[in-house]
Amino acid sequence: MNGKTATIESFKDFVTFIRAELKPKGRIFTIFNVISAPIILLGAILIVYRLAKGLGYPVTNLSQDFPWGIWIGFDVMTGVAFAGGAYVLTFVVYVLGAKKYHPIIRATVLNGFLAYVFYTGAIFLDCGRWWNIVNPIIGNKFGVNSVLFLVAWHFLLYMLTALVEFSPAIAEWLGWKKIRKILGSLTLGAVIFGITLSTLHQSGLGALVMMAKWKIHPLWYTEFIPVLFFISSIFAGLSMVIFEGTISHKVFSQQIDEEHHRSYDDILVGLGKICAVAMFGYFFLKVLVFIHGRHWSLINTPMGYWYLLELIGFVLIPCFIFVQGVKDRNLLSIRVAAILTMAGIIINRLNYVFIAYKWYVPMSERYFPTWIEIVITLAIVFAEIWVFRWIVNRMPVLKESPEWAREE
Amino acid sequence: MDRREFLKTIGIGIGGVACGDILTPSIVKAQNAFEVNEFFGVLVDTTRCIGCMRCEMACAEAHNLPLPDISNDSVFEKKRNTTETRWTVVNRYETEKGKIFVKQQCMHCNQPACVAACLVKAMKKRKEAHVTWDTNCIGCRLCMVSCPFDMPKFEYNSPFPKIQKCNLCWDRFQEGKLPACVEACPVEALKFGARRDILDEANSRIFQNPHNYVHRVYGGHEVGGTSYIYLSAVPFEQIGFRGDLGTTPYPEFTTGFLYAVPFVFVLWPLILLGMNRATRREED
Ligand code: SF4
Ligand code: SF4
Repeated sequence: MNGKTATIESFKDFVTFIRAELKPKGRIFTIFNVISAPIILLGAILIVYRLAKGLGYPVTNLSQDFPWGIWIGFDVMTGVAFAGGAYVLTFVVYVLGAKKYHPIIRATVLNGFLAYVFYTGAIFLDCGRWWNIVNPIIGNKFGVNSVLFLVAWHFLLYMLTALVEFSPAIAEWLGWKKIRKILGSLTLGAVIFGITLSTLHQSGLGALVMMAKWKIHPLWYTEFIPVLFFISSIFAGLSMVIFEGTISHKVFSQQIDEEHHRSYDDILVGLGKICAVAMFGYFFLKVLVFIHGRHWSLINTPMGYWYLLELIGFVLIPCFIFVQGVKDRNLLSIRVAAILTMAGIIINRLNYVFIAYKWYVPMSERYFPTWIEIVITLAIVFAEIWVFRWIVNRMPVLKESPEWAREE
Repeated sequence: MDRREFLKTIGIGIGGVACGDILTPSIVKAQNAFEVNEFFGVLVDTTRCIGCMRCEMACAEAHNLPLPDISNDSVFEKKRNTTETRWTVVNRYETEKGKIFVKQQCMHCNQPACVAACLVKAMKKRKEAHVTWDTNCIGCRLCMVSCPFDMPKFEYNSPFPKIQKCNLCWDRFQEGKLPACVEACPVEALKFGARRDILDEANSRIFQNPHNYVHRVYGGHEVGGTSYIYLSAVPFEQIGFRGDLGTTPYPEFTTGFLYAVPFVFVLWPLILLGMNRATRREED
């Protein structure tokens, strides 16, 4: 697009504009496209297959013993934790007023929003009776004492909130000056509401498994699961911001101006600092819970080693790498730490859903995802990236807002 | 800007609280939702059971499920679980007192985890005791994750799946009939009645034959009490029960979180706004 966005006055202009924008931009045959397009296509076919066949084998390996697999464990539980960067950064930028992080706020909010949209898609697929999925919303009986009811509503409201937070970028893209003003004035309210919702549903995801008391290995089951989920969503989300930003900054490099490029190192170091602190707090809490639970004897078992690997290998060690990276301003360290942290979050969430869940079930009867589950998951992730790219290439997400919309 | 922003934020906070039921749970209701006193129940006396599996057959007939083959007892070689087409199963356990047969099915908890889990109240605790399932279910399977006895089963192989489990013959109950299994039992190992009465009955059987039973009525207090209660000659761990489920009703494991929700909803927006104002002042 040319630097100045034209104001769109009539409906006809609008249609022509949207038509032009719908066309793909940039090269079509990139490696990413060549890999992701067939997977998305295959995923779409498999989704139809899943809807026609039901959830049983060969679609998924779910069983009476393992009702939840990677669609819940990875897409929903992990995906939402990774989307946590949006509420953490809006807190830092809009509530605490730390301007430094402003350049990455839109990309982060957009990413968070899309994560929710696509991962809710995963819930839709995972629900056996998906045509009923609107029931908790339209009030075909409200299960108000159910944690899941709360989580479902909070997802929905959070999506709307994130959309409001992002909406100024849409208005700028369309050149709607007045509307941009109004939407901009809603930001603080939306941010505060969004942070509140996030606090509750991030911890709510943990509270979902509270009644699986004896099914979850005692090293993982504690009454503090909701708190642990909340705290871990802080560094999970920020690690995702670091990871996503690193890639975006390469791919969309030409959209980003000099100054932003220069300030970006500072931003990464700052994010690394927050991660290190949050992870240390998390580690500390985990240790407290462990001591309190008096599970010493369980450590010297296979599950105990697995527990230690998660806690030390994927929490404590990345925490140290973050600290080192911040101290030496070594961006590579920070990125490595972010990737390790993300791996740790995946392991942690999967533990609650099917690894440490019913750990006593013998290997031969355990859950392992089918290739269809994996392909559909990949398709969802790729589809999200496609939409993200489409938007970033058009709206002022990474690039500067148009002249008229610059904030004072 | 400031005043208006402030009012707007407060407005959102208050709006959130006002939406009450939707955003914040009314968990308080859960405490009183279940009338514990007047439930019906079934007493299973495992010392009487002969493993004839007629209860399995009667259950399948009553609910149009595929009929089991009860002609030979090779099925006892491996422990079976209930399935989406077999709502009750009888298992044989080798114990210190020889072979013991145990019928299993949904326990119809007084305060069921499955009901607390369900976000659309598809799982429902009837005031007569029955825990039933309804078609507004979305198929999320949180009830399966939550049930301490792993009883709800899911029809994975159907595009229109249901959650299936024993419903304590809810339909027959409304017609004034006994549960099919109870009616079919030839040796009165099963007894249907007001839960209070069968509990008394269970205790008096122990009292009268103290050497025949372990002195524990399983389901009397486990997970807050269940409508199916069991007597046994050997410790319950030997016949496939978990002895360590505790007496806390399962829904209470989520109350800590649910209680915190309204507080967060009121306090968070105010604290966040306060932080926002405080940092802004410094800048000026
Ligand atoms: S045994 Fe399980 S399915 Fe049956 S009422 Fe209790 S919690 Fe619900
Ligand atoms: S699977 Fe159905 S009955 Fe079970 S908790 Fe979900 S909505 Fe309720």
